[in-house]
Amino acid sequence: MRPSPSPDGLRRFATLWCRAVYPATATSMTRPQFEALLLDLAGRLSDALHAPRFDPAPGRAVGKALVAAHCTAPEALPGVLGVIDSYLLLYCADPDRLSPEEGRSRCARLQHAVSAGFAGALQERTRTEQEAVSRAALTAQAEIAKALHESETRFRAVFKDAPLGIGIADMDGTILDVNDALAEMFGGSEQDVRSRNVLSWTHPEDSPEVWRMQRELMRGEREHYQVEKPYHRTDGTVLWTNLTVSLLRDAEGRPRYMLAMLEDVSERRLLNLRLRYQATHDALTDLPNRSLFFERLEQTLAPGSGPARIGLCYLDLDGFKAVNDSLGHAVGDQLLIAVAERLQACVSGPGQMLARIGGDEFVALVIDPPSSQAVVEVAEHALEALATPVEVGGRELLVRASIGIVEGATRHLTSAEVLRSADITMYRAKAEGGNRYAVADPDSDARAISRHHLTHHLPAALKGAEFFIEYQPLVKMEDGSLEGAEALVRWSHPRHGVLGPDRFIPLAEHTGLIVPLGRWVLQEAVRQACQWQVRGIGGTRALKVNVNLSPRQLHHPELVEDTVAVLEEAGLPPSSLCLEVTETAMISADENELRPLRELAELGVGIALDDFGTGYSNLANLRRLPATTLKLDRSFTQGLQRDPADPVDLKIVEGIVSLAHTLQLSVTVEGVETSAQAEQLRELGCDSAQGWYYAKPGPPERLPEAV
Amino acid sequence: MERPAWAPPGMDLSVPSVSRMYDYYLGGSHNFEADRVAARRAMDAFPGIPKIAQANRAFMRRAVRYAISEGVTQFLDIGSGIPTFGNVHEVAGAASDAARVVYVDNDPVAVAHGRAVLDGDDRAEILHGDFLDPLPIVKSDPVHRLLDLDRPVALMLVALLHFFGDGDEPREKVATLRDALPAGSLLILSHASMDHAPATREQGAELERIYRDGGATFAMRSGEEIARFFDGFPLVAPGLVPMPDWRPESPSDQEDPNVYAGYAGVGRKA
Repeated sequence: MRPSPSPDGLRRFATLWCRAVYPATATSMTRPQFEALLLDLAGRLSDALHAPRFDPAPGRAVGKALVAAHCTAPEALPGVLGVIDSYLLLYCADPDRLSPEEGRSRCARLQHAVSAGFAGALQERTRTEQEAVSRAALTAQAEIAKALHESETRFRAVFKDAPLGIGIADMDGTILDVNDALAEMFGGSEQDVRSRNVLSWTHPEDSPEVWRMQRELMRGEREHYQVEKPYHRTDGTVLWTNLTVSLLRDAEGRPRYMLAMLEDVSERRLLNLRLRYQATHDALTDLPNRSLFFERLEQTLAPGSGPARIGLCYLDLDGFKAVNDSLGHAVGDQLLIAVAERLQACVSGPGQMLARIGGDEFVALVIDPPSSQAVVEVAEHALEALATPVEVGGRELLVRASIGIVEGATRHLTSAEVLRSADITMYRAKAEGGNRYAVADPDSDARAISRHHLTHHLPAALKGAEFFIEYQPLVKMEDGSLEGAEALVRWSHPRHGVLGPDRFIPLAEHTGLIVPLGRWVLQEAVRQACQWQVRGIGGTRALKVNVNLSPRQLHHPELVEDTVAVLEEAGLPPSSLCLEVTETAMISADENELRPLRELAELGVGIALDDFGTGYSNLANLRRLPATTLKLDRSFTQGLQRDPADPVDLKIVEGIVSLAHTLQLSVTVEGVETSAQAEQLRELGCDSAQGWYYAKPGPPERLPEAV
Repeated sequence: MERPAWAPPGMDLSVPSVSRMYDYYLGGSHNFEADRVAARRAMDAFPGIPKIAQANRAFMRRAVRYAISEGVTQFLDIGSGIPTFGNVHEVAGAASDAARVVYVDNDPVAVAHGRAVLDGDDRAEILHGDFLDPLPIVKSDPVHRLLDLDRPVALMLVALLHFFGDGDEPREKVATLRDALPAGSLLILSHASMDHAPATREQGAELERIYRDGGATFAMRSGEEIARFFDGFPLVAPGLVPMPDWRPESPSDQEDPNVYAGYAGVGRKA
């Protein structure tokens, strides 16, 4: 039975209903869809009104359907009921089949049922949704817990099996947990380590920034830091670690834990230290080496690095090469070790460092000396320490050294300057006779700079044939005839031009290069003399050649052998060669050292005592020397240049000539520049002469026309 | 410190959740006391929030139907929230059997609930993901299983982007997602704005503050700023408009004026 009310009435009711309720719903339906739903519900309410036996159940179903359509807002219900109350009977009831009283009663009871159905459905829905969301929350929590457990397991595995030491401490520094690796590093049980506080883990070698950064981290001002840090192991040894500490914060960003990761770098560090030590120390003496010395020197001179002044003693052993050459390197090494020990005892104060920077070169660095005298005292002590002979391999060796001292304000110096100045000054001490110190002064430095430069270029010059020889004629005074020539070595320096022997012979002497250079001069001069003789220059008398012999050559063990070989090779009779040795070198030589000269003299080689009169020789000593000629120093002949000649000089030269002749020595004079002088000297009985009056030194081809 | 990828997200039911607050606005009971307290504060401060939420849902449904009518049947709904009623998969599923939906939310409760709701449905899935880290979403198993990234996808960012300040670089994240999707893909987006809202600026500021108190962000943006999210997604008609004005299906004269507190638009990747 379809209701008798017109479909039109139901539609109008639904439209009114929709207008009142739709704004209060959260339905996903469109308004027409929702209105269609309401039309269906209106039909159900209409049917209930007209049922023969009234049953309010359809009202409950309508309330339930409204909730299902998301018409759930509390304010929706008054709208729903208000429209039913006002318009249900009007539009949806058939007055023929329903009395007004019965209609009002049924409409009221339907409203109660709609309310009950709505409330019941809403309660049910709320319970369902609450249960669903709670279950979802529980599921989510369980999933999170599971994921946490998994990540915890993963972290545990990392923590437990990591080769790194890992520890966690709270913000007071109390250690909460450490892994096995960390306990092992400290050489104790986990308990020993865990009972500690990180703040107690100090070590004297901690870098100052460690604890500053740790405090910053504990205040939450720093997220992490990394340092190399030492620890005391439980057995008292040192554990060096590469330490990384990180701050762990909670979700709100508050500092909660500190995480430390330690990598044991003890061995690596030890190896590094050993390598560094090897790289910076001299294997023989164990002293700091050249590179460490320069590092320290650079540090000291670096701008703003502290020390205001610096002192440096540059020490070089005198004649060390001779030791090596004559006694062998093993003995030389022993000597160096002994020297190093003695010097070390003198250079052990605070701010002092002794280094071996070359074969027999030592440097004492004095940082911030109280006075320049303090640096001089270091040098004095060093010389004193070396004064007692050193016993090496059963023999006593006398050690002598020359020291160059530099002292000055750090801000005015560079390391290269300091060292060059010290080096130059040391050479000066050596040139002054050695076994002494000299203090640097700018003037000597300037003079010596080119010497320094030349010294370094000598070997290349010898190889590169930059040396050549000039010859200065020697004239027989008796008749003015050419007797021979003195070979004078020159250096044709590519930058400085032609240098005389006074510029480089002392340097060659010092470096030992004089030996090969001297041998070359000897060969060259002997070859030249031979050529003159072959060509018959100088007439019937064979021309002689004079060659200078330095002190070092004098001591060279192969002097005799070498000389004889050169003469034989060229085919020059020994009597055509005269070796000139300075008076100073000759008189300081002992009998051993004179023996080679004696041997040569016995072979017929002439030996001239050069620069005679400058060495304060005991005239009585002349007898024991193997000399055949005296070469009178030019200082004696200078007084004879005047006219009339200085009477005192005349007497002296006369005396010397007489003495020489008594000892069967011939006399040669040097520096003859005027004819008056020449005449005087001839009258005084001098045998030979050389000087500009006769000829300047020149190339060998000019000799024939020289006189 | 940033949470490593393998660490699980945390969960604290005493902190209001944006998605459960949204459920409360829609009259749902998928929420807890903390959510309700915060939602009530928001509703007191800013009138008509439930209506705005409904308007958003209505726009979403219209946009889904529009997408299907344009032949786009794959949906990636980021920030989907608690699945209540009239969801994307229901609307899309009703319109086309081919429809496939992947929901993404960062609320573990929403995700767990979504799994329960979608259990047994092989055309929709939900995954835990974060809009701020978009690439893992694109590379996730559910996306791989349900969506064919060689064919256009409708990317849905409905009522989501106002939960990110500019410091989160939401524009760049949208661009990342855009680059992962093929040409023809749609961006379905709605966003809160004070441009046409009857509420005062102060009320807007108060709403932002309430969300901030709950540990979230709420950022009103102007229509101009919102339009820039559509970089590379030219807008389809009627453009970026107040939510009720986007392709309405019935006359909108009876709408609550508060629903104008937001823009909606759909763009298509060229």
